[in-house]
Amino acid sequence: MTTTGARLTAEDLGHFRTVQRLAYQCAETIAGELQPGMTEREAAALQKTWLLDHGVDDWFHQPFAWFGDRTAFRGFIGFKHLGGFNPAFYPGLRRLEEGMPFILDCAPTLHGYAADIGYCGVLGQNPLLDKLMDDLAEYRRLILAMAKQRRPLAEISQAVDALCAKHGYEPRHKAYPFETLAHRVEKLKDDGKKNHLSIANFGVRNVTELLKDRFKGNSEGWSPIWNSSKSSDHPPTPGLWAVEPHLGFRNVGAKWEELLVITEDDAFWLDEEVPHVKRWQQRGLWQAEALATV
Amino acid sequence: MSPNQIVKSDNIDLAVYTWGEPPAAGQHKPTVVLVHGYPDAASVWRHTAEQLAAKFYVVAYDVRGAGRSTQPDHTAAYDLQHLVNDLATVVDAVCPGRPVHLVAHDWGSIQSWEAVTTSRMKGRIASYTTISGPSLDHAGFWLAQRLRSGAPEDLAAIARQAAHSWYIGVFHLPVLAPSAWKLGLDKLWPTILEKIEGTSAEASESQAKDGSAGVNLYRANITNRVLNPSERRTDIPVQLIFPKGDHFMIPEIWDDLPQWAPNLWRRDTDAGHWLQVSHPQLVADWAAEFIEFVESGQETKALMRARHYARQSGKPYAGQLVVVTGAGSGFGRETALMFAERGASVVVADINLEAAERTAELAMLLGTDAYARQVDVGNGDAMEAFAAWVGDELGAPDIVVNNAGVGMAGSFFDSSDQDWERVLNVNLWGVIRGSRLFGQQMLTAGKHGHIVNVASMGAFTPSRFMSVYNTSKAAVMMLGDCLRGELAGKGIHVSTVCPGLSNTGITQRTQFVGVSDDEQTRRRDKASKLYQRRNLKPETIAAAILDAVENRRDEVLVGAEAFGSRLLGRFLPSLSRRLARLDAAG
Repeated sequence: MTTTGARLTAEDLGHFRTVQRLAYQCAETIAGELQPGMTEREAAALQKTWLLDHGVDDWFHQPFAWFGDRTAFRGFIGFKHLGGFNPAFYPGLRRLEEGMPFILDCAPTLHGYAADIGYCGVLGQNPLLDKLMDDLAEYRRLILAMAKQRRPLAEISQAVDALCAKHGYEPRHKAYPFETLAHRVEKLKDDGKKNHLSIANFGVRNVTELLKDRFKGNSEGWSPIWNSSKSSDHPPTPGLWAVEPHLGFRNVGAKWEELLVITEDDAFWLDEEVPHVKRWQQRGLWQAEALATV
Repeated sequence: MSPNQIVKSDNIDLAVYTWGEPPAAGQHKPTVVLVHGYPDAASVWRHTAEQLAAKFYVVAYDVRGAGRSTQPDHTAAYDLQHLVNDLATVVDAVCPGRPVHLVAHDWGSIQSWEAVTTSRMKGRIASYTTISGPSLDHAGFWLAQRLRSGAPEDLAAIARQAAHSWYIGVFHLPVLAPSAWKLGLDKLWPTILEKIEGTSAEASESQAKDGSAGVNLYRANITNRVLNPSERRTDIPVQLIFPKGDHFMIPEIWDDLPQWAPNLWRRDTDAGHWLQVSHPQLVADWAAEFIEFVESGQETKALMRARHYARQSGKPYAGQLVVVTGAGSGFGRETALMFAERGASVVVADINLEAAERTAELAMLLGTDAYARQVDVGNGDAMEAFAAWVGDELGAPDIVVNNAGVGMAGSFFDSSDQDWERVLNVNLWGVIRGSRLFGQQMLTAGKHGHIVNVASMGAFTPSRFMSVYNTSKAAVMMLGDCLRGELAGKGIHVSTVCPGLSNTGITQRTQFVGVSDDEQTRRRDKASKLYQRRNLKPETIAAAILDAVENRRDEVLVGAEAFGSRLLGRFLPSLSRRLARLDAAG
């Protein structure tokens, strides 16, 4: 197996971490600016403008935003029969209301280093969302612990499914394209250009890398798409994985997304100082020793 | 019944009746004032008052125009304002300086709403128990809001309430209504009550007067209050008792009440409009429980539920108690959550306590109250203890879903006595005990409840590899059919739900007898895959269970395969039996 991850230096990881922090900073800033009556498209556009203002030159995908029951991927947005590709996936005209949960998801690239993050919140209060966000901590622990044990990726994904069943949640990432729990992120060449081509909101360069991984993986026995299927039945492939468990309960959905670093013999989260971890710490749901994993 | 006291209010003499001794100086003994409705007099409270007198000083009076009180000579004298003034005068006379507890029915309740939401009696009322009489102003807003919304279900509610209020129109006809009372309706009244209410009432000596004079209550107040309502609120603790068989009121009339009386408790009962006549003990018990709580601050479990119920107002299962066994996962969990979402209080039983607690936690997040219990339905003692706990702590359930089950597959000759015992214990005995214990509670409480037994398409689909499981489910089905017949006259319905291939944990826990562990795992995975491909979701089965309850269905099949097999078994039984030879599980 080729070890893409091994080629990533500590410096590379530092760059990836910087972009991920920038993406989270964007999400937190825009979340603070959301007002009742705003549409998903407006929220997505605000993220895009903010990121472009902060030097972003390419995308894994342009920013998404989902409001209300769309956070739970209910209705047409959850239609899986086109492999999860359907127009409802894109930000729409749903307007934000008081008490409505929202998800912001952006994946900027800066000098060839990509981030892909998911951030959720609510305008006002929503006890269901609080519960989902609290429970998401368990998924972060589970995925890392199993990745460290080098369990096959499909098995980890199935364990996530089982945890969802135990919790009584629906694994809504199964409504993403290819039922993706996580996908590969590769380092791109820094060509110095200020912008790059996107098609249907997806950055061509990043998606091309994904496709190349797909072909390479095919011959090497691994897949850049990490889900519960047979194609993911292989030990964790070294490199960077954008992991995005997305839980749904009734009309509320919640997720986080961040990069997991996998090496030949270990796994760790690229950054422990992400908003969801800080939130769990504040609520006493995340122990300090968990930080020692980096 | 002759009055103990005459109290003068303006120029009207009010006949006041008392039960028990008034509190001595320094003695803590609450005073309860009972206000009667139309076409009654204070005597309608007699049996309730006698019960309440054991604990309280009880007072009732004939409202102006009724019984032995003076009959005013003009309609305007029946305005709510005067009625509140009468109440205040009586309260001042019987309980000077201390607040009283009000219990009121029908028009008595209408005028008491006026009393608790206006300033005349501020500080004089400690609590209010209301039966079958809404505030006319609340009713006005109720009507206006639904007319404005124009939604079909709102308009339908208006139409239904109108159909229950036809007599109000009749009462506005000149001459007719008062004359009818004088021309013999008064003599017929007890018979009419018996016909429509099923309660035998004693004829009141003042019936003709109560009926004819009281018509003025409607004439003086209804039109102007309902068409031109003002906002009337109160923070006084209010207990709403709703008799579900009330011919004059639809349940929806109370949906908006929490907005006017946020300090609200609500209890429903299967009875008609004249609850204090048909169930004097119940009214006395509930009134006493509420008064004692307001006096002491000690809320009983039943009142706690009544408070949760009030908060769920407007949801279809608000106030109902639902017991679901095997509710820690799969469609048992989903069923509990669907009921919870629709306002029911749920008792979640599962052999796995952690799983049951999780379901209860989710149910509470949906806004209702939920209780998790660890129960092995296959264990008789455990089931008895469980049912006793429910009965003691929460009262008889309204709906019981006997859902817990285990799977088993394999050759008949590989299944041991223990295998049979295990499956029959859970799948059949669990249902037997659940139906018997909770059914008995429903009967004792006079509840018009519902028992749902979860069988399976296996109940009518023979298969060479499913002898144990399918036998247990066929027995569940027959048990339901027999029990339904027995309970038909008692208002308790029994449904059997037969799901097809459902994608839940049961396939992963099914025991395949007569095979090695590896082979068992292989078969479990294979069965799970088949079930996953079919993908009959827990939501679908849970929805079918709710459908069974809502529409009082006898048998609900879920999934095309269940329908297909049912048809096959009925019309081509020989083919069905031939198919049983197939090795589908291998």
